[in-house]
Amino acid sequence: MSRKTRRKLFSNFMLFLSFLTAVYGIFWLFWILGCLFVNGFKYLRPELIYLDPTPPGEEGGGLRPAFVGHFIITSLATIIGVPIGIMAGVYFAEYGRNSKFFMTIRQITDIMVSTPSILMGAVVYAMLVKPVGHFNGFSGAVALALLMLPVIAITTDEMLKLVPKEMREAAYALGAYKWQVIKDVVMRAAKVGILTGVILSVARIAGETAPLLFTSFNNNVLTFDLRDPMASLTVTVFNYVMGPYNYWHQQAWAAAFILTMGVLLLSILAKVLLHRNLLEPLFYIVRSITGKKGG
Amino acid sequence: MENVAEEQKSLREIKTRGEFLERFLKLSLGFWALFAGFLFPILAGLILLYEARLAIEKFGFIHFLTHTNWDPVQEDFGAATMVFGTVISTILSMLIAAPVAIGIAIFITELSPKWFKPIVSTAVELLAAIPSIIYGLWGFFILVPVMATKVEPWLQDKLGDVPLIGKLFQGTPTGVDVLTTSLVLSIMIIPFMASVVRDAFNMVPPIMKESAYGLGATKWEVIRHVVIPYTASGIAGGLILSAGRALGETMAVTFLAGNNPQIPTSLLDSFTTITVALANQFTEADTDIYLSALYYVGLLLYLVSFAMLGIAKFMVLRLEKRWKV
Repeated sequence: MSRKTRRKLFSNFMLFLSFLTAVYGIFWLFWILGCLFVNGFKYLRPELIYLDPTPPGEEGGGLRPAFVGHFIITSLATIIGVPIGIMAGVYFAEYGRNSKFFMTIRQITDIMVSTPSILMGAVVYAMLVKPVGHFNGFSGAVALALLMLPVIAITTDEMLKLVPKEMREAAYALGAYKWQVIKDVVMRAAKVGILTGVILSVARIAGETAPLLFTSFNNNVLTFDLRDPMASLTVTVFNYVMGPYNYWHQQAWAAAFILTMGVLLLSILAKVLLHRNLLEPLFYIVRSITGKKGG
Repeated sequence: MENVAEEQKSLREIKTRGEFLERFLKLSLGFWALFAGFLFPILAGLILLYEARLAIEKFGFIHFLTHTNWDPVQEDFGAATMVFGTVISTILSMLIAAPVAIGIAIFITELSPKWFKPIVSTAVELLAAIPSIIYGLWGFFILVPVMATKVEPWLQDKLGDVPLIGKLFQGTPTGVDVLTTSLVLSIMIIPFMASVVRDAFNMVPPIMKESAYGLGATKWEVIRHVVIPYTASGIAGGLILSAGRALGETMAVTFLAGNNPQIPTSLLDSFTTITVALANQFTEADTDIYLSALYYVGLLLYLVSFAMLGIAKFMVLRLEKRWKV
């Protein structure tokens, strides 16, 4: 075997290994999603959504408080977190670009994206649970909002960076104020990107458990009062999996299935918004079937 | 004449209003930017520090770090078991994840046909989007039995008698142990690592690669001798970044570690980590010193993960800067 073929063979072997790693990644994804589909479908019942939990040990019942609580906590967190995140992001992109101080702050915000989420729970516990004396739904929403804030700030900044400088300059040349440029030119151009960031961060906080464990805690009764402990899907899944009853495990699978589908759909929606051409092959197939050109 | 004066006046009014809005907007936006990247991290750190003050006074730093006893009844707390558990599970998951993540990045940037690229990258991104509690649920119900009945006995059978390595596979295979935890953690961090490494690979100017191909290098030789050396700091940054993430992973680890405050001597031992201790014991902490000790480990986690993520950030930035010039 000549040296050349040996090198070629070795190269192909290494590339084959890298192909295998891709297969390895996809393998886990399919295993996890496959289990979730099979078990989730098996235990999915309509009662899950509209019944309250039965006392422990008694079969049946549903997770209505968890669904309602999850929705309330996530929406409230979004309402608090999104405006603040977008404001911070706009400042980083439009004012802070030339300031070394604010660029450092932007990097720190980026670091905060990855800080352990359970610590947010601990921090909010000290601020909003300990002084009140009992767990409450509002503190859960605040913990999630704090988690969401850096994610939105960073994506907003990244998206505004993509807006060409010339667009801003054209508006300035017409005598526009900076706030007009931001509101009418930059934000308008980047709105799809910002929306993507918002959707992605909602997907992220919707799946969070750790910050809720000791802020909103759990509740077996349906409540709309933010001062009360409030159930959420994720904390319920956690408790049910750890619990001893078989029907709890089944309900946990079903709830996990719904939760994951929601989160994955949001992520896919965000991806589609950002890369519209992702659907291009689909459109192509549709076009070739219907026989229409262009469009 | 009057008309002109009035017009000028209203113009001036519009101007002052505009300028006022301008200032107001800048200040309010600036405040939230300052909040997100400066006040909030510092406030979080201070709150953790304040809540941990009792334990810091009582146990000190070195003693708390090296002491293995965690006894809420005697009110004697040492974090060595948790710190060790966090470190060992992070390192092991990195060892499993790093080659895979680099392989995936190579596959996506250099190898994959164009139509297959979005499939692989979407699959990897979905892996990152799955909530960590789902990993825990799946690991607990599906992976743990497989590990306990198939994989771990097989590993014991093959490697148990090998000197040195065999020691790592002692004990009864229960599935709830260091090995399973690290495996699941590694799956969770592969997406982050792969995406940082991929971005780094994409930054290599094509002309560098082309000149190597022009000299007759094979594809692997180009990757090995051009792409990897030039993105080394990006790769290292990606590795540290995902290590920082693995440190703080809570839910999956809580299901799989066994919450057993001991220093594991084999891969098949159950153990505990900082996040597991927080998740399991926070609501049970009935005394001030107990809660304070938990905040103390939380503070340690905060500082370590912040430092690691900061270093990672710095390394990735250095790579970006190099190519910008």
